[in-house]
Amino acid sequence: MLKQCEGSVAIAEAVALCRPEVICAYPITPQTHIVEGLGSLVKSGALTNCEYINVESEFAAMSVAIGASACGARSYTATASQGILFMAEAVYNASGLGLPIVMTVGNRAIGAPINIWNDHTDSMALRDAGWIQIFAETNQEAVDLHIQAFKLAEALSMPVMVCVDGFILTHAYERVDVPSQADVDAYLPPYEPRQVIDPDEPVTIGAMVGPEAYMEVRYLAHAKQMQALELIPELAAEFKAKFQRDSGGLIRTYRTEDAETIVVALGSVNGTIKDVVDAMRADGVRIGAVSLISFRPFPSQALHDALAHAKRVITIEKSLSVGIGGNVSHNLRMAIQNPQVRMYTVIAGLGGRAVTRVSLDRVFREAMDDRLEPLHFLDLNHEIVDRQLERERLVRRSGPVAESVLRDVGGVTAGIK
Amino acid sequence: MFEVRIHGRGGQGVVTAAEMLSIAGFTEGLWAQAFPSFGSERMGAPVTAFCRLDEREIRSREPVNTPDALIIQDPTLLHQVKVFDGLAKNGYVLINSKRSLAELGIAEFLAGLPAANVMAIPATELAIKHVGRPLPNAVLLAGFCAVTGRIRLASVEAAIRKKFPTAVAERNIAAAREAFAMVSEARGGQGTQQVTTAEGAKRHAEAV
Repeated sequence: MLKQCEGSVAIAEAVALCRPEVICAYPITPQTHIVEGLGSLVKSGALTNCEYINVESEFAAMSVAIGASACGARSYTATASQGILFMAEAVYNASGLGLPIVMTVGNRAIGAPINIWNDHTDSMALRDAGWIQIFAETNQEAVDLHIQAFKLAEALSMPVMVCVDGFILTHAYERVDVPSQADVDAYLPPYEPRQVIDPDEPVTIGAMVGPEAYMEVRYLAHAKQMQALELIPELAAEFKAKFQRDSGGLIRTYRTEDAETIVVALGSVNGTIKDVVDAMRADGVRIGAVSLISFRPFPSQALHDALAHAKRVITIEKSLSVGIGGNVSHNLRMAIQNPQVRMYTVIAGLGGRAVTRVSLDRVFREAMDDRLEPLHFLDLNHEIVDRQLERERLVRRSGPVAESVLRDVGGVTAGIK
Repeated sequence: MFEVRIHGRGGQGVVTAAEMLSIAGFTEGLWAQAFPSFGSERMGAPVTAFCRLDEREIRSREPVNTPDALIIQDPTLLHQVKVFDGLAKNGYVLINSKRSLAELGIAEFLAGLPAANVMAIPATELAIKHVGRPLPNAVLLAGFCAVTGRIRLASVEAAIRKKFPTAVAERNIAAAREAFAMVSEARGGQGTQQVTTAEGAKRHAEAV
């Protein structure tokens, strides 16, 4: 049904349509409305045959999801930011054990400094944990990716993280077509576990594995993600046949065919990028964009095919790998081995800083004029940074950084728009 | 594209106002996008919310920096936050105040705007009268309908019914209707507009 609603509400409805049997809920902004929405659906009786468990922490949320999944239940949880860090050990265990848990991450910055706003630092911190990571561009895609995620996770017996930009998507009201139960049931078969803890047929899950077999077990996780490279496009095609929508897949190209400059990004910022691409195209600029939907597995071949003809590739990244730069762009460099392609990394939107069309237009044009440095920080206030560095040069006890920077910026209300 | 920025304080229903406006736009068959710019989530702290309306898909996710209309739910913000930043030359301004525009001391910000596009509405007073609480959002949305002609009052009423339980919704609608009549009268009887799309006409008929 087509409706105008909050992203979190739409995601909760989509998850409910997937008939989860265990939901482990612990609140953290900006994800909270999702588990609250699911709680309401369980309480009202709209979602039946589902155990909704209020746990005491994110670590418990993932641990309970592991236990439930190992018992053969379709299991779901959601988190963000500090929450995903707190559950990190269990996140690795879920994938190491091959349990097809689906988790929404309402992407948010990581502290310190404490910050509730959107960026991708949280998901990136767990990018090597062995989970599939897929990023939604719109709330419609967030709904659709959750439905595909359960099918993908269970087909491979591997957990899937659906990454949804906090606030920008989770708290946005926009039009969303929420599918019918009958259509979702036809797309997503009941969960048939590969392994299950069953008193009638006892097994051990979670053996200690020494040097003789550890590499093989880890390699198998990698082999499965390579299978996911095949399966993700298949599931998206199947989804399109059923629901008549392009959602998911490995990547989505936009006006790239004859593009000399191609912009690559994860998540909702692709919408803003497309508007900039259209405006620049109207000026005769040959520019296009690629929405990178699957970050893990990393679709190297698909990206190579989409980007290899470009003169330059610009990644817009909402996370900073401190000490080197961009996470996406370094993966991308492996995919595009052609040294003729100039690559630019633009770190943008950290801690919820607005990524504006004006600023994107500026950096794209600077890149086209070869005036952009290889690693650029979008709308970084260099004056404020220099002032702090100077303070640290002059005074030993320069004090806490965040507080000094806040003072220099001019307090809270000055920045509110 | 028509872009609206709503300023107010935590607890005044600023975010809800943007959400309701987006539902009203959807009801008329438009694409609509509403989202908040959370500062500190505290009662009384300045809060901003945004709403975009368009006849095609809205893709941009940036905050509304060049609004076509401003709704200011709390007049004490006028001299604290740069509420008028980026306002379009022929933009609209609705201010919650029982004082006249002249008394508000904001002439410099309003210079150049068509006089008919600017309106002060005693929204808090109307809300207290009908709803019993100082929640000016529904009243100001009704004022928005009357001043801009972009959205029909009936669509805002449908949005109010979607967001609030029946009894609260009906009281808000009573307040909204009085505001709409008040603003329409002040503007010489203007204040309605046709639904813009065929899809909207259908959905509108279903919703109202």
